[in-house]
Amino acid sequence: MAQIDCLIRNVSWEERSRDLLVGQGRVLELAEAGTVAAPVGAQVVDAGGLALLPSLIDAHVHLREPGQEYKEDIASGLSAAAGGGFGQVMAMANTCPVNDTASVTRFMLQKAALAFPHGPWVRPVGALTVGLSGKELAPAGELARAGCVALSNDGLPVENTELFRRAFEYAADFGLKVIDHCEDPWLGKGGVMNEGEVSSRLGLKGIPTASEAMQVARDILLASYLDLPVHLAHISCRQSVELIASAKERGIRVTAETCPHYLLWDESRVEGYDTSVRVNPPLRTRDDVLALRQAVRAGVIDILVTDHAPHAAHEKEVTFADAPNGISGLDTALSLTYELVRSGELDFADISRMWCWNTADIFGLPVNRLRPGDPADFVLFDPDLAWVATAGALLSKGKNTPCLDKEVPGRVMAHFLGGRAVFSRLENLAPKQP
Amino acid sequence: MNWRHKDLLEISQLDTDEISHVFETAARFAEVNQRPIKKVPILKGKSVVLFFAEASTRTKTSFDMAGKRLSADTFSLAKSGSSLQKGESLKDTALTLQAMNPDAIVIRHWDSGAARFLAERLDCSVINAGDGWHAHPTQALLDGFTLHQVWGSFAGKTVCILGDIAHSRVARSDVELLTMLGARVRICAPRTLLPAMVRTWPVEVFSDVAKACEGVDAVICLRLQLERQQAGLLPDLREYACTYGLAPRHLEKANPDVRIMHPGPMNRGLEIASELADCGASLILDQVASGVAVRMTLLHLYLTRARVSA
Repeated sequence: MAQIDCLIRNVSWEERSRDLLVGQGRVLELAEAGTVAAPVGAQVVDAGGLALLPSLIDAHVHLREPGQEYKEDIASGLSAAAGGGFGQVMAMANTCPVNDTASVTRFMLQKAALAFPHGPWVRPVGALTVGLSGKELAPAGELARAGCVALSNDGLPVENTELFRRAFEYAADFGLKVIDHCEDPWLGKGGVMNEGEVSSRLGLKGIPTASEAMQVARDILLASYLDLPVHLAHISCRQSVELIASAKERGIRVTAETCPHYLLWDESRVEGYDTSVRVNPPLRTRDDVLALRQAVRAGVIDILVTDHAPHAAHEKEVTFADAPNGISGLDTALSLTYELVRSGELDFADISRMWCWNTADIFGLPVNRLRPGDPADFVLFDPDLAWVATAGALLSKGKNTPCLDKEVPGRVMAHFLGGRAVFSRLENLAPKQP
Repeated sequence: MNWRHKDLLEISQLDTDEISHVFETAARFAEVNQRPIKKVPILKGKSVVLFFAEASTRTKTSFDMAGKRLSADTFSLAKSGSSLQKGESLKDTALTLQAMNPDAIVIRHWDSGAARFLAERLDCSVINAGDGWHAHPTQALLDGFTLHQVWGSFAGKTVCILGDIAHSRVARSDVELLTMLGARVRICAPRTLLPAMVRTWPVEVFSDVAKACEGVDAVICLRLQLERQQAGLLPDLREYACTYGLAPRHLEKANPDVRIMHPGPMNRGLEIASELADCGASLILDQVASGVAVRMTLLHLYLTRARVSA
């Protein structure tokens, strides 16, 4: 399929107005506005000063297919990714059946290719153990050959440290990084929120931060001993941040992620038993929020992820103890991150770094660094356009977000992958039908 | 008093004037309960659903009797044999009840926040008869009323709450109510049965029962749920009884007029020595009598509140 060249004039990049020339699905040039001549036959579009971002990568999503299509399916999840600015999403293995064999991995990739042949792309994360049961090693070689980009027992941490060590070692031979969900299987078992003042007042069972931090320590010790890299999922508290910072200082190959919700909200959001903020790990204290913000700025936390966990409305309309964990995140992640930019907690440049480039580096994914020859995967973002996250405005089937019906800042206006608009709210940039 | 609340979910919704009003009204209903004919027609034609998802005898009977003495019609819905046991969601149970248009639903549920969950979805009044570990406001009001009948004022009084504070909705509601009324509150429990961050509570915390009881004017013993031992929070029940069960020796330095309370049902010989439960200082049966009067008061206030007309 021939792809015509496209010149997008007047995009804002590094606080300056630029022109972006795209051809053959790649970036040809990004230069000072007005300095790039339009090739013959090229489509020329004026972006009117919209901010340019590389297409984002989300290293932690739950797409629910196969098995729980009433919560989300690959097509609806990718639709939310397209509209949310994510060109690649790493789908966790806790589907039904679990993604512990090539047939499940291939099924996911085929579903994605059918729904969105030009992206966004699913990057499957295989199970670390068969059935996520923590008892036998999953076939890492088979999963790697089928297209898995990492392995994880996300949602069901491996209790047996001996087995975890072996899974960790075995995966390394296939170049697969292990993403560990750090949660002690006993400490705080049955807890539904952070253990502290609010849980005590509300009469809800709590999960102490030590439950996460002691598994962070376990992973750091193993990574150091085995000299292997490990990636720590959804870090939520100061204790973990301190362990990661000291490990990094010692040169241990540990990387870590957190989510916008841990950077924005604390445990007080649970007041009123709001099930939309029931999430695992739970929202922590104000002090933890401040520690995470500092860790993100200092590079102790490497990347941001959504932990996109869609649920059906009726599943969350229950008592707090009965509600499933998870926040639907793909639609609003960029807006919530921009909220942190607006309040001065992050720089605009942190968005590209933490939602794209660092992620690509950690997992070895293709990426656009806006250099000639890079894939033309990018987003045009309007920082000044606020929108209301109504159920209808959210493209994910999961409407389970504390942002529901609230105004959030910044809107993805168009999303290009391989030089092709996969999503657009701009009249002059309609996505082409496959 | 023009009652401004639709629901009773927790004590912190009320102010001290409202609590005083509850006590004054309850005193009048307590008098009604002494008459040969105990029924008054105040709530004739009103219907009250008693929705007890979790087992209860005394609280349910107390509400049932309170409603009937005010001539309201009461309807019971228990967990066993109910649609809740067949897997119906709390929301659907609530909406089904709502469709029958009752004037109030009294709910007891094992999940914290269950009463609020109902209140946010229903037009009728919701009275919390105990939700998980969170709140039991009618128990606190009857405890407060019982002491108010004895003391008149809470100024200068010290109350010790002894037992499983962490998992007790009674403790949470009692602490809120008693501190609002001006009493000093102590709590005493092994650390495994104290809530996290208890230092932020407006109480003095003790682990030694005798010290906790020094100079106190009342001790409220809490029921020990036997599953706490199975959950690994306690060594064994004998150890608990010997160390944390209230015994006469603990009260040697208490105020000579110390009163002893228990929300029931009691484990005699475990959290409370049998002779203390039966002694002259015990208010345990007064609490039961107060319970009916206080619940009559609450049904009266919530069912005759001035509604904003549409």
